[in-house]
Amino acid sequence: MTGTYLGMPAFPAFPAAAREAVRDEALRANLRHATHTIRDKRARAVAELADWDRLRAAGKAVKDHTLRHLDRYLLQLEAAVTAAGGTVHWAADADEANRIVTELVRATGEREVVKVKSMATQEIGLNEALEAAGIAAYETDLAELIVQLGHDRPSHILVPAIHRNRAEIRDIFRAEMAGWGRPAPEPLGDDPRELAEAARLHLREKFLRAKVAVSGANFMVAETGTMVVLESEGNGRMCLTLPETLISVVGIEKVVPTFRDLEIFLQTLPRSSTAERMNPYTTMWTGLGPSRGADGDGPTAFHLVLLDNGRTDTLADETGRQALRCIRCSACLNVCPVYERAGGHAYGSVYPGPIGAILSPQLRGTGSAIDASLPYASTLCGACYEVCPVAIDIPEVLVHLRERIAQGGPVTRAGVRVTLRPADGHTAERAAMRAARLLLDHPGALRAGERLLARARRLAPRRLPGAGRAWTDSRELPTVAAQSFRDWWARERSDPR
Amino acid sequence: MSSKDRILGRIRRALDDAVPAAEIPRDYLPVHGARTPAERVDLLAAHLAEYRALVHRTQEEALPALLARLLEARGARSVLVPPGLPPHWLPAGGPTRVPDRAASTPYELDRVDSVVTGCALAVAETGTIVLDGGPGQGRRRITLIPDHHICVVRVPDQVVDSVPQVLPLLDPARPLTWISGPSATSDIELDRVEGVHGPRTLDVVLVGTQ
Repeated sequence: MTGTYLGMPAFPAFPAAAREAVRDEALRANLRHATHTIRDKRARAVAELADWDRLRAAGKAVKDHTLRHLDRYLLQLEAAVTAAGGTVHWAADADEANRIVTELVRATGEREVVKVKSMATQEIGLNEALEAAGIAAYETDLAELIVQLGHDRPSHILVPAIHRNRAEIRDIFRAEMAGWGRPAPEPLGDDPRELAEAARLHLREKFLRAKVAVSGANFMVAETGTMVVLESEGNGRMCLTLPETLISVVGIEKVVPTFRDLEIFLQTLPRSSTAERMNPYTTMWTGLGPSRGADGDGPTAFHLVLLDNGRTDTLADETGRQALRCIRCSACLNVCPVYERAGGHAYGSVYPGPIGAILSPQLRGTGSAIDASLPYASTLCGACYEVCPVAIDIPEVLVHLRERIAQGGPVTRAGVRVTLRPADGHTAERAAMRAARLLLDHPGALRAGERLLARARRLAPRRLPGAGRAWTDSRELPTVAAQSFRDWWARERSDPR
Repeated sequence: MSSKDRILGRIRRALDDAVPAAEIPRDYLPVHGARTPAERVDLLAAHLAEYRALVHRTQEEALPALLARLLEARGARSVLVPPGLPPHWLPAGGPTRVPDRAASTPYELDRVDSVVTGCALAVAETGTIVLDGGPGQGRRRITLIPDHHICVVRVPDQVVDSVPQVLPLLDPARPLTWISGPSATSDIELDRVEGVHGPRTLDVVLVGTQ
């Protein structure tokens, strides 16, 4: 069993990737502008609702309840979607999901598909799998188009091209659009209006002729089999409405029990993500609808691929499973001081920022350098928890995962309970802790050590050698006191011996 | 073992030590504030306008004249008309009427200038109109492909205050489209630009009854 593929090639650990990113001044400026703009707007949108805290508690409770009975709700969902004329497929991992989708597209005889932004399909590397099968997948969200044309990777959950400014986008459109279809208009300026118009013309050709679409979903309603997609541009509506075949790839954690439950998330998700009262377009569909697609209103075939790919492993961890409550609003990215400086690419996954730091190592396991480093990509300041509309205690999970990595312990991988060995990188830390325990358990040795240290204090280096060097790269080593507290106490407060 | 059984088995094993889930608190507000019907309509108009929909108010008798003016202002030569749209809404001798047909291709719809529809309901607190394919609304795609959408909302009958109020009134089996302002993107430096793939112009006509 290979590691769970999360749509990213092998990556260096977070500190190395972040070190590169923080040197890129344009990137930092783009990120700072974007995160601060949306942060302030979001605070205003949330303040409009007097019951925000209650909506947050209700959203958390609905998600926890669903996860607690996930088997039951998935079966109910499957029955409802099937009854409405859809077909449900189950995919245990990325390979299986890619195989299912590739076969479904092949069966239509088509060689191209249009896609509405879907993190689940990025997670499993669907575009690459389709390309290998000779099928072209066109991203249609403007930001996703920028990423795809730029041979780039997404760096934000909601605004995947947040790291690009308008001049860079114009250059990408000019250089790449012709290779994928309709070329960019000439001349092309860098006004966002002009750039959006270029994308409109380029993609409209594809929408009008598309026979197959691939989507994700924000929510799936178990009770009714209803799928819900929130978006702004209309590319979602194009993909969900015009093609004959619609294939939705959705993580199993996206199910909610009842249609009524949407009243919570339709209030909290838009305000948390784009800071709007409501996003411009929301599409809901249930199978093929009452007419079974016979009246030309929507696809005539609907396939739902339910994706596990590490989610059940995450569910097995009592502390970590709360990450599955995530509704992908990206509010945690926009308030994170680490994300703001390091950018999304440093996280090495389609899920960047604080949520990515707890989700990716759980979905993929901590076998790689990047995944083992992600729980440390945080200052534990807690801002992500404060803004989370489903109250995921991200700092709690980060600390929990750090402990797992440093000490090892039981985890579930591909459904099997295994015991994780302590991570190699933490040998020095563990040795230091063992030495500390030895000293603290033997007061005589501790006293002797302290006196020796005090006498040699002028020889103490400003920076630590060896494994401790990284720590003193950004910190001063504390100076050693002339005498230990224990000696001072003994002299001041006790009878002289 | 099928993948379905494998996934369900993993879920059940993952949860065998899980504590029972707590009750779901529903103490959030069903509506944010008390409003008269008129205030509700005003709020809808304000919120629609804030997200760059063009809001117009009129009475039933004056509707055809207003629609004629809106179509003319756009230079519309053709207008899509869903089958259940009250025929007297549209002015006689206006742009060519194109009926909403299952057989129309997306390319044919792309050549139409404007579309006029009614709606199922509207939500004041969020500035949202909801289409459910009912009479006067037509297929989902006709309000998507043309660049200009005129949506007629009967006020105050079709307006509710809040999201919790609107959901019980909708049938999830129908295809539902919620529209809050025209198509927009903020993907370039978070500058909001209206009109990417959906209609660039959304005229919302609030029709009162006297």
